[in-house]
Amino acid sequence: MKPDKAPGKAATTAHDQRRRKARREFLRAALACGIGVAAIGALGYVPVHNRWQPRLRPPGAQVENDFLASCIKCGQCVQVCPVEAITLADMLDGFGVGTPYIDARAQACDFSCDGLQCVLACPTGALTHEINYPHQVSIGVARLDRPDLCLAMQGKGFKGQARGPDYQGMLRYDEIDRWNPIPVRDHPYDLELCDLCVRQCPIEIRIKQCESGNPPSGDQNQCPPQHAITLEPVAGGDGVRMQPVIHDGCVGCGACEMICPVNPAAIVVDMGQKAFVA
Amino acid sequence: MNATIESLLVLFGKAPRRPGPDEMSQAVRDLHVFKKSDAVRISNIKVELKELKKKPLPKRWRRRRWAVLIAVNLLFVLSYQFDIQLLEGSLTASRFMGFHMADLHSALQVMLAYKHVLINLLIGTVTVFLLWFLLGGRTFCSWVCPYHLVAEWAESLHLYLVRRKLVRDHPFPRGLRSVFFILFALLAIVTGYTVFETISPTGILSRALVYGPGLALVWVAALLLFEIFYSRRAWCRYVCPIGLTYGVVGALSPVKVSYNLESCFHEGECRKVCMVPHVLDTVIKGRARDMRVELGADCTRCGRCVETCPTQSLTFQLKGLQKLL
Repeated sequence: MKPDKAPGKAATTAHDQRRRKARREFLRAALACGIGVAAIGALGYVPVHNRWQPRLRPPGAQVENDFLASCIKCGQCVQVCPVEAITLADMLDGFGVGTPYIDARAQACDFSCDGLQCVLACPTGALTHEINYPHQVSIGVARLDRPDLCLAMQGKGFKGQARGPDYQGMLRYDEIDRWNPIPVRDHPYDLELCDLCVRQCPIEIRIKQCESGNPPSGDQNQCPPQHAITLEPVAGGDGVRMQPVIHDGCVGCGACEMICPVNPAAIVVDMGQKAFVA
Repeated sequence: MNATIESLLVLFGKAPRRPGPDEMSQAVRDLHVFKKSDAVRISNIKVELKELKKKPLPKRWRRRRWAVLIAVNLLFVLSYQFDIQLLEGSLTASRFMGFHMADLHSALQVMLAYKHVLINLLIGTVTVFLLWFLLGGRTFCSWVCPYHLVAEWAESLHLYLVRRKLVRDHPFPRGLRSVFFILFALLAIVTGYTVFETISPTGILSRALVYGPGLALVWVAALLLFEIFYSRRAWCRYVCPIGLTYGVVGALSPVKVSYNLESCFHEGECRKVCMVPHVLDTVIKGRARDMRVELGADCTRCGRCVETCPTQSLTFQLKGLQKLL
């Protein structure tokens, strides 16, 4: 009897084992899939949680929500910028790996290209194609953040390299080279009263060119309709001390924050409130 | 047409179906019976296989493929770094000599998140759709995708460790990739953000190559470690919605790998090197439904099986053109 039964039993055990192994593998796969699906599902909440990361977007960027939705993260805007103002966000720059932003203090957009090349390069319209001229841009708005540090408000002048000998940033100086931006360190200043934020404002530069009858590219449409920043006498002051005042024509390009020679910059650009009105 | 639908179902995760004898012609049935009965042939195969194992596998197609993959990615890098401006952008969207190109899955994600059809983007997608429709959808994966290349290296490491019995492959159900595709699409719609783009190793690697490395590469490294030590080619096989998109696009492509039943000795070498062995189900003894069978939509046209097959029973085929010649 017994020898008869034994093989049958062994076969059943082997079969059971196989079945148990299959079940184990299935459970493991199901568990791993579940974890994977849940984890990636949870990732969807990261943007909701972390979206409000105030960063200057390139010219023409749509309101932040729409911008995040429509940016395809190809970096073509980075490639066309003559002053390399645009950087792609990395993992630690909040959510939005691969989305472009501008760190104005390091390198602002000075509209060296005149034609908004980044807008033209954008394949999705995340940088809206509805604008053509620098004065139509609204990246943000400048604000005198530290009036106590501002040299003009102290009645002081400025002499030397605006941002020191190691600064990498570039600006276009029309009087030196109309087409090629040069490093700021190669263009020292000697000013009786510091007016760098006004002097280097791309909008103010354009207004000046238009007033002298030489609009950029000979195109009257390039002329900004409103001032962006001017120096006004400090209220109740001695007539020497001046205060930078920001006007409605400010597009938030960040040139003032970039060139401001004190540290930290007395003037900064806030991401436009407009950007958050959906 | 039925074969196309079947190949799409297999792409989505269905197990390949074994064709019944009524689906085969008499000649095919006879050939299957003959192959099973012919003892001389079988012993010949064994001798031949032993000989074959002594030599390293030929890598003709792999060399070509790697050269193309590196060249395309290098063109992106050079266009920016040396300003030659032939191929600007990165793999998600670019301009080739001025023509808009957009990755189909990235474009789909943007439109789902943004909830508008962007005309500019549409132009780029049509160009790319036609390109990969003609070249065979998943050809993108093995001939262009930079993650495919590093994953291939990770795979050889994985296979080496498997041979040394240090690790074991943990396969997952293939249908998972379709689940992920839907999941990523839903995430884009609900969050209004292209969530997949954040974790896509294709996008991360392409941007890292063109614009310089970033911390996001840590995620790519983690994926590779997972593939080396736990599950062979896991991202491409079970997750990547880009691959699935291109699989659908190339389902009717004229570029196919074609299988010849008559000359096949059923050694099974092709299935060992294939990243998507379910498309090679037809080479198993008794499963081919015709004398010549085209491999399904999930095939990446990498050519590994073509160069590995000892009897040249798997070949690249250009439908239409071959009839003309």
